[in-house]
Amino acid sequence: MLTLTCPYCGITAEETELHPGGEAHLTRVGPTGTDEEFEAYMFARKNPKGVNFERWRHAYGCGKWFLAARCTATLQVFGTYKSQNAHPPADIVAAIRKSRPDWNPDWTAE
Amino acid sequence: MSDAPKSGRYSVFAIAKQALRQHSGWNRAWASPAPRDRYQVVIVGAGGHGLATAYYLGKNFGITDVAIIEKGWLGGGNTGRNTTIIRSNYLQDPSAAIYDKALKLYEGLSQDLNYNVMFSPRGLIMLAQTEHEVRGYKRTVYANNLQGVSTEWLDPQRVKDLVPIINLDGPRYPVLGGLYQARGGTARHDAVAWGYARACSDMGMHIIQNCEVTGVETDGGQVRAVNTSKGRIGCDKLAMVVAGHSSQLAEMAGFRLPIESVALQALVSEPVKPCMDVVLMANTVHGYLSQSDKGEMVIGGGTDGFNNFTQRGSWQHIEETVRALIETFPMLSRLKMLRQWGGIVDMTGDRSPILSTTPVGGIFVNCGWGTGGFKAIPGSGWAMAELVSKGTPGPLAADFGLNRFREGRFIDESVAAGVAH
Ligand SMILES: Cc1cc2nc3c(=O)[nH]c(=O)nc-3n(C[C@H](O)[C@H](O)[C@H](O)COP(=O)(O)OP(=O)(O)OC[C@H]3O[C@@H](n4cnc5c(N)ncnc54)[C@H](O)[C@@H]3O)c2cc1C
Ligand SMILES: [Zn+2]
Repeated sequence: MLTLTCPYCGITAEETELHPGGEAHLTRVGPTGTDEEFEAYMFARKNPKGVNFERWRHAYGCGKWFLAARCTATLQVFGTYKSQNAHPPADIVAAIRKSRPDWNPDWTAE
Repeated sequence: MSDAPKSGRYSVFAIAKQALRQHSGWNRAWASPAPRDRYQVVIVGAGGHGLATAYYLGKNFGITDVAIIEKGWLGGGNTGRNTTIIRSNYLQDPSAAIYDKALKLYEGLSQDLNYNVMFSPRGLIMLAQTEHEVRGYKRTVYANNLQGVSTEWLDPQRVKDLVPIINLDGPRYPVLGGLYQARGGTARHDAVAWGYARACSDMGMHIIQNCEVTGVETDGGQVRAVNTSKGRIGCDKLAMVVAGHSSQLAEMAGFRLPIESVALQALVSEPVKPCMDVVLMANTVHGYLSQSDKGEMVIGGGTDGFNNFTQRGSWQHIEETVRALIETFPMLSRLKMLRQWGGIVDMTGDRSPILSTTPVGGIFVNCGWGTGGFKAIPGSGWAMAELVSKGTPGPLAADFGLNRFREGRFIDESVAAGVAH
């Protein structure tokens, strides 16, 4: 069973204690957004076969939303981090590159 | 085009003739040619939908310069992994139209393909186990009757008459009635893929197995070729029909789809004597049940909630499914489970499929069938062939375009069908 460690309360929870919330780091489109931008924000998904960043809620625990880095092809978990991060933090990136040397971030850190 | 001998017509005379020759004269059901360097149409994915698309391209539009490229073996994806439930009792009109077209084609498919797909219209009941479902399914009955798809509402006693092994008085989920489609049922999943494959091969199309598409070549917004593990293959038109890998194919061509891939699993019990001769769906508890011809109880469950490409199920979903079903079917508690497996299903936001043109000229997608596309194979292939040959969708596919997500014009079957269908 998939287990993830909640970065808020520190509990290592099984999948049944958690609720999945889909792709992480989506940027919300504002009221001036075009139809195309809204469509991309609401529906277009990366859905990668490999490294994936996703939202989870510690539903039957502390209740917080957090983020996880996971491989969808092997179910390997690279780590979890708090939702306040605009991008995956350095330690998560390092953990991914340790087992996926060819993987590169697709964001540019500000 | 293909030099391979045709498979020959299957009939009682052919069996008699072969019996006299110790069955030494059967030809292969389909050829395994080396790819040519270009085709008019390349279809990626030899699942049911890809093969049916090819078949109706040939049959309805006379296009036979077609290759169907498959990274594994044909029918080895979701087509060979599903619980084979067939029905057409959907709520929304566009869904009823395409699923009922599929059901009508299934009714004559064995004859059409000269291949026994073992279509078994044994009747299908969708159990109502909450007040919400009672209201929802009664509404579906009314909608179906307006659509010309005949379904009826069953009270609990009629459910019991049709399904003697059911327990109506479960403490958590009592059976309050059911939505019944007498024309619904099952078919042999492999045979559907094999029958279409044989017919496509006999028309001279190339089915190329063990060949993975790794890239899509475009030029000025127009498709030119695919790159594969067996080299570059040029094409005028490209149909992506790869279910759980649709996002990956789309990425090769430079666009994104409203698709998420998740695992859906099923399991079967040891074989037992005939005990249930209808198909049963219990959507509240995510349990789908039928008895195979071999006697196994075939059980489908719910999907995982997270993205997953591993074709494995997860333990707690088996537990969840079986726990819930045992309350409604107490006899299941005595059965040993034999096998369990998973498939990667392609889920859209409104739980309806996509048959569409794409941002790239000459590329068409057929995906998003999610947990419920086996039943749709003939209708989907029919509509997709029209889309690919004409370049614009016909009446069956028109509402299922990608533009519906931009326009907010959903075909919302998630409300109608609970979750899975
Ligand atoms: C456990 C389970 C139970 C189900 N139960 C039902 C049911 O009861 N009733 C129902 O109607 N539906 C059911 N479904 C859904 C149904 O199986 C699917 O909707 C349907 O089979 C999809 O067919 P397809 O041809 O689109 O995809 P598939 O059969 O998955 O075919 C796609 C093919 O594309 C190939 N491919 C992928 N990437 C590439 C590449 N890069 N290059 C070359 N080839 C590639 C794959 O190998 C695969 O063979 C179930 C699904 C599962 C998993
Ligand atoms: Zn927590």
